[in-house]
Amino acid sequence: MKAPSTHPIKPATSIPALLKTAFVNALIALVLFSLMIGIRTEAGSSGQLTYWTRFGDLASIVAAVFGGSIVIELLRQWIGPTGAEKLVPPAVQSGISFIGRYLAPALLIFTLLVPVMFYNQRYILDLAILVLTYVMLGWGLNVVVGLAGLLDLGYVAFYAVGAYSYGLLATNFGWSFWICLPLAGILAAFWGVLLGFPVLRLRGDYLAIVTLAFGEIIRLVIINWQDLTGGPNGVSGIPRPSFFGIPLDNSDDGLAARLGIEYSPTHRIVFLFYLILALALLTNWATIRLRRLPIGRAWEALREDEVACRALGINTTTTKLTAFATGAMFGGFAGAFFATRQGFISPESFTFQESALVLAIVVLGGMGSQLGVALAALAMIGGFELFRSLESYRMLVFGMAMVLIMIWRPRGLIGHRAPTVYLTKAQAISSDLVKEGHG
Amino acid sequence: MDYFAQQLINGLVLGSIYGLIAIGYTMVYGIVGMINFAHGDVFMIGGFIALITFLLLISTGLTAIPVILLIVLLVSMAITALYGWTIERIAYRPLRHSFRLAPMLSAIGMSFVLTNYSQVAQGARVKPIPPVITGGYTLHESADGFVIQLSNIQIIVVITTIVLLAIFTWLVSRTRLGRDMRACEQDQTMAALLGVDVDRTISMTFVIGAALAAVAGLMYLLYYGLVDFFMGFVAGIKAFTAAVLGGIGSLPGAMLGGLAIGLIETFWSAYFSVEYKDVAAFSILIVVLIFMPTGLLGRPEVEKV
Repeated sequence: MKAPSTHPIKPATSIPALLKTAFVNALIALVLFSLMIGIRTEAGSSGQLTYWTRFGDLASIVAAVFGGSIVIELLRQWIGPTGAEKLVPPAVQSGISFIGRYLAPALLIFTLLVPVMFYNQRYILDLAILVLTYVMLGWGLNVVVGLAGLLDLGYVAFYAVGAYSYGLLATNFGWSFWICLPLAGILAAFWGVLLGFPVLRLRGDYLAIVTLAFGEIIRLVIINWQDLTGGPNGVSGIPRPSFFGIPLDNSDDGLAARLGIEYSPTHRIVFLFYLILALALLTNWATIRLRRLPIGRAWEALREDEVACRALGINTTTTKLTAFATGAMFGGFAGAFFATRQGFISPESFTFQESALVLAIVVLGGMGSQLGVALAALAMIGGFELFRSLESYRMLVFGMAMVLIMIWRPRGLIGHRAPTVYLTKAQAISSDLVKEGHG
Repeated sequence: MDYFAQQLINGLVLGSIYGLIAIGYTMVYGIVGMINFAHGDVFMIGGFIALITFLLLISTGLTAIPVILLIVLLVSMAITALYGWTIERIAYRPLRHSFRLAPMLSAIGMSFVLTNYSQVAQGARVKPIPPVITGGYTLHESADGFVIQLSNIQIIVVITTIVLLAIFTWLVSRTRLGRDMRACEQDQTMAALLGVDVDRTISMTFVIGAALAAVAGLMYLLYYGLVDFFMGFVAGIKAFTAAVLGGIGSLPGAMLGGLAIGLIETFWSAYFSVEYKDVAAFSILIVVLIFMPTGLLGRPEVEKV
């Protein structure tokens, strides 16, 4: 539902008015795109800039804007100013709630069966692992953004800390994945506390920028501290995970040999799949449990109204800090998994785009909704995969989608989680009376 | 000492560019209370439009550099201002009464759109231009042969910044529009009740901010001789840092913060390490916010329930 705009609701516009609006929009588009689309510049071989014109493209874009604004204006009149939500009949609504109730278990069973169904399709298994990694990251960030309402634009920093913790500990000291995994989480949480302790007193927007700056600092340090991190070349030769000490390879004491089955490289992929699934479910389980504890209630209260929280005696700084550290810890776990899956990490995997992607997953899924985040990760990563051929337009569409979703449904496309506890009936408390003038 | 003086000049020039961008952040934050995350990309668009206009004018055979630069300045200011207006209209106005994270997220989306739009439209490669304004003055030559140079382009950047700031200060403090802007900053509802067109005032804020960013884009193009589609991101964060350092919402503060960030970055590169200059700038953002959340010239924020 669109927020009530400041414009008065216009009566049904006539055809000339419609055309006039479209014409004005097309004119604006013409000016906007005239130089950027109409002229294409490129540096020639001798470093001299050359240009050529693309008036055809410009004309088609302006025409598209003209047509598009007519269509949008007509749609707006057709749907009407009352909004789309009332148009859904009750039968459909009950159907949706029925699906909603059984979707999560069905999805879980389906996910468990993915390696069985697609055993021979390596591509689908790889994609599924990727999607699950983002589901886990989304659920981790959901604690920070969705539950506690803190806008974290540098989540990828903790992902990087986790990945580099595992990568460096494993390559330098030969520690196994199962020792490094908790360490990666602890280190990421430690960094979360270190950053969070001073900055969490800040207001939402400031916090967003500081976390963004922090993410960039971590990335720049990784690039420049070449002795430790290998700089832009990254860390390679990161050991693959073992099945609790039993390697998943073709050797004599490998898992396949011990079980007496024929070795196949797919075993490792299937193992990785279940590993990330377990990690993701752990995140989900921890989040659901935490939400029922006093600390979880405090997070949700903080999201809804910080001033009220403070008035009720909740220590907002430590409450925020726990949310931040918890989210960071899950990010660290995901990072360690990422490192062991890839076998190679470099700073390029930890750019701001990655943070924005995870944030978009949380926002799209409806902040705070666990199922919504999972579905959003599926849609987002799957969508990216579908449009792989349109590489350069991918981020453009991604940005547009983010803007449109915010305008259309700022509380998330799929679900929105209301606070777990709230007063169902408004109580006549003193502040109400004050407002009425009785106090 | 001479080295110091040279770095001081370089830092002030860089700081002027940051300051021009920072004004856009600070104005929008003052009125709408949101971080216009896409503002750095508006600066980048301004640089691109200046580049293309420049190229077109050169190819028409025009040779008088001052005339060319004046036309480039006006065209890029006008078109970039329209970008600012359109962005506000599409991405921010519908969200004005939405929940508090929505405009920020929409702005991030807009930033992605602008970055990738110029990448798709103009290609990913860096676009260089030959030096347009050459020459300069030698201020001082020391015994060991180190020269303090003040190039013409540096003079132009600083003078343009000062002139724009003067115009802008006049606009905010003396005109009807400036009064409306200050009124909206204090209380939008009250301003609307007293006959201020709030929507128009907010639009104008974005237009002015974008026009100043376009000037910064042109200055960047002339000073460094290149533009690329990704330059808005880092410049944007640094300019925002400048706005915060100066005290967000305060216009002289934005300029002061810009100069401070420019100087810090230049001196850091000169005396410590070039690789960590961005780390230095971002660390300062964090440190300032921790110890001085209101910045150098900002007012403490009053929390309303």
